[in-house]
Amino acid sequence: MTRIIKTKVEIEGRTHEETVVIEEEEPSPWEEGRAFSIVGKSANRIDARERVTGSAHYTYDVTLPGLLHAAVLRSPHPHARISAMDTTKAAKLHGVRAILTHENAASIGWYSGVSKLFDTTVRFVGEEVAVVAADDLDTANDALALIEVKYELLPSILDMVEASKPGAPEIHPRGNVLKSDGRDGELYSRGDVQAGFKQADVIVEGTFKTSTQLHTSLETHGSVAAWEGDELTIWESTQYIFGVRDRVAQALDIPLSRVRVICEYMGGGFGSKGQTLKQPVICALLSRMTGRPVKLMLTRQEENTLSGNRGATIQKIKIGARKDGKLTAIDVEALYGVGAYGMWAGSVGGPAKELYKCSNVRTLVLGVRTNLGSHSAFRAPGYVEGTFGLESLIDDLCDKLGMDPVDFRKKNHAPDDQTSDQQYSSKHLLESYDRALELMGMDSKAELPGKGTLTANGQWKRGMGMASQTWGGGGGPPAHAIVRVNSDGTIEVITGIQDIGTGTRTALAQVAAEELGVPLESVRFRLGDTQKGLFGPASWGSITTPSVAPAVRMAAADARKQILEIASYFMELPANYLTLQDGFVSIEGRKEGRRPLKSIIEEIGDYMVTGKGYRGPNPLEQVKTWGAQIAEVEVNIETGQVRLIRIAAVHDVGRVINPKGLHSQFYGGILQGMGFGLTEERVVDTQAGHVLNAGLDNYHIPTVADTPEMLVAAIGKADTLANHVGAKGAGEPPIIPTAAAIANAIYNATGVRVYSLPVTPRRMLEAIRAHDASVQAESKN
Amino acid sequence: MIPPEKHPISLSVNGKSYNVEVPSRRTLLDLLRDGLYLTGTKKVCDMGHCGACTVFRDGTPILSCLTLAAGCDGTEITTVEGLAGPDGSLSAIQQAFIDFDALQCGFCTPGQLMSATALLRDNPDPSDDEIKAGMAGNLCRCGAYQGILEAVRQAARHMQATAK
Repeated sequence: MTRIIKTKVEIEGRTHEETVVIEEEEPSPWEEGRAFSIVGKSANRIDARERVTGSAHYTYDVTLPGLLHAAVLRSPHPHARISAMDTTKAAKLHGVRAILTHENAASIGWYSGVSKLFDTTVRFVGEEVAVVAADDLDTANDALALIEVKYELLPSILDMVEASKPGAPEIHPRGNVLKSDGRDGELYSRGDVQAGFKQADVIVEGTFKTSTQLHTSLETHGSVAAWEGDELTIWESTQYIFGVRDRVAQALDIPLSRVRVICEYMGGGFGSKGQTLKQPVICALLSRMTGRPVKLMLTRQEENTLSGNRGATIQKIKIGARKDGKLTAIDVEALYGVGAYGMWAGSVGGPAKELYKCSNVRTLVLGVRTNLGSHSAFRAPGYVEGTFGLESLIDDLCDKLGMDPVDFRKKNHAPDDQTSDQQYSSKHLLESYDRALELMGMDSKAELPGKGTLTANGQWKRGMGMASQTWGGGGGPPAHAIVRVNSDGTIEVITGIQDIGTGTRTALAQVAAEELGVPLESVRFRLGDTQKGLFGPASWGSITTPSVAPAVRMAAADARKQILEIASYFMELPANYLTLQDGFVSIEGRKEGRRPLKSIIEEIGDYMVTGKGYRGPNPLEQVKTWGAQIAEVEVNIETGQVRLIRIAAVHDVGRVINPKGLHSQFYGGILQGMGFGLTEERVVDTQAGHVLNAGLDNYHIPTVADTPEMLVAAIGKADTLANHVGAKGAGEPPIIPTAAAIANAIYNATGVRVYSLPVTPRRMLEAIRAHDASVQAESKN
Repeated sequence: MIPPEKHPISLSVNGKSYNVEVPSRRTLLDLLRDGLYLTGTKKVCDMGHCGACTVFRDGTPILSCLTLAAGCDGTEITTVEGLAGPDGSLSAIQQAFIDFDALQCGFCTPGQLMSATALLRDNPDPSDDEIKAGMAGNLCRCGAYQGILEAVRQAARHMQATAK
């Protein structure tokens, strides 16, 4: 009997309600300690061959007969109004097939109605002004140079502190500061922080800054659009094929059933490809105008200027504790740079609310608009930034209390969720601390080395520091899957998700193979096509595995049940005497008389066994991921260089489906966290609003030569309450504490605390000099 | 504006001969991808900063985005599509990349494979520092470096063992 129920889903610090249609009951949970043949064992990526032979087709590789190439003319000003435009010369260039501007493009609303696809007001350097489709890209770019545009300059603001002040020029109709509940910013409060500070024996304060980080996906954003009659196909480098379908259908005002979005392989997103940018709509319009397929891929400069970023923050944090180490109050006030059209801010206050037991917490996050490219979600938005601020100040507190950082955290452990009435479905944070110490070669009862005690080597000083993390990772409905058994016994799992490089495809195939009882090699996993797959969620918020694995398992269980019923008929035995294992149907407990799956399926001719599954409701408990990282760094006090030598990372992400794939997520997250902490920052010309380092030469992502020694482990205990597969999401947890651990290790090495990321050599030297100056000043008093 | 004169060139790519006409400003990268439909080599920055477009010209690794197609007349180009054997069997390095999960999204992988192949061909027993130096020009944003280092080490061991 079909039931309809509502359930809560938390993604990236925000909770919403989903409606779930329940037709069948989900399978019972795989219990902790269950023996598996495939799940829990490392498997090679099932799509690795295509990637190492160059046969995988990414959006950038799509080619179609008659393909036109598009290039975009962009605003050179941070805030301006277009007063005149002339495309006549450009249109006459041989090879140009169509030009779109605000003068001839459909008036499609963009940025929540504040702007349009092509608008006469531009609010950041790089905003779209015109687009040309031509026979080849060189011609399209030549045509851009022939388009004449006159601009009226408007006052612009590039600094978020200036932009947040009353009286600052308004660059957005809804104001420069994001509002919620009728006030500036997003406020959270529990208890009474003022009272909490009065109870404190020790109070620490600090202002922490983080810089704008660029996703730098190696495959840029881009689309190919082609019409077949009134049906539109879009190839898009995206993390959310169904999201692109929704947005494009809405923009063009056509039914969803006429839009198909394809993305089987994509070259990185890290959050930037969760939202739908303008490219697919532009390509669809140009394709309709010309009758030819149109491709528009961003250049590297465009990608690193306008396709999203992790907003910069300025965090004022104050923490109070009693002398026994118990926290009494945490207060966080943060500015968050959201760019010209940002509509939400990263949850910088998340760690303060959730990581430690504290009855009095207040967080206020103000999203501030400036005339720069808008931010977008970037791997654990808000939490990476907020963890740096909070964990640095906690480290300062431990120093003043004379407490070991691990002991302090154990003392302030929060057994239940303090932001709701809920308990946690699982929380293995305490074990994560112990395990991280062990990985670093220390006894789990050990204390981190005292400040300045690790061996120095001339100018290089060594230190260790730690940080912990929390994040969501429970996922939720909706998600669907189909398992199809072909007449030769081969299996296809069909979903509507995308694999953005995390290896979810392989992990989900393992789940299907395990539940069905067939070898992994006999499973083909289909994804990346809205027409072939049923709805799948976006690949963000670490939700794919916990949302889709249960749907896949359920579909496999359904198919298995049908197979055994068919086998029962042909083998003339009750279905419950039979089992399917390693691709053979056999009598439970007996080896003789077993038959390959193929031979059973052949008996039923062309009838197709189809198993259906969906993701059921979430549990009443809060599903969270947890972890700790301990970093060992070397700091050169003459040059300011900081090197991450060694780092231990332990995370509780529930049951591990594919250890090899999971470890890769840990390594990748650590490296991106290291980049955030040491080398990556967007640099903007503060006069004219241009991004000065939009290339891969001057925006410094880590290279292989920067790779530290990484010791990683997952706690691995199944979370049987979270969902019946027992797995939580794992893509984001490993990036969260890395920069904080590095910053704390720098303090441990040098006695100098860094308040501003990334810790480039210049910032490290400035911090050392400021510290030396203040020590001198104090000793004079 | 650049005059679109076309130059006829002959080149061999992965053992196959091609006669094509290319405009002066056409890069080898664009010729491979758009002219010859060999999309294995990727365009990531198009200005020589990331190594993704690495191919071999007469055996030497080059950045195809900074190489003019017109300058490749009479040359032999090898791309990632040419690493596997004619029967489709993967090279030791390709297999090692799979076994050690030296890739995530896979977009930098063709360039990594070309650089690793050249490295091990010229230095069959590299130290870790030599591997890092040899591969540092190939950026990977997903951060698969740990797997890449292990894959190159393992491929070196395997190739040395089978060479004996």
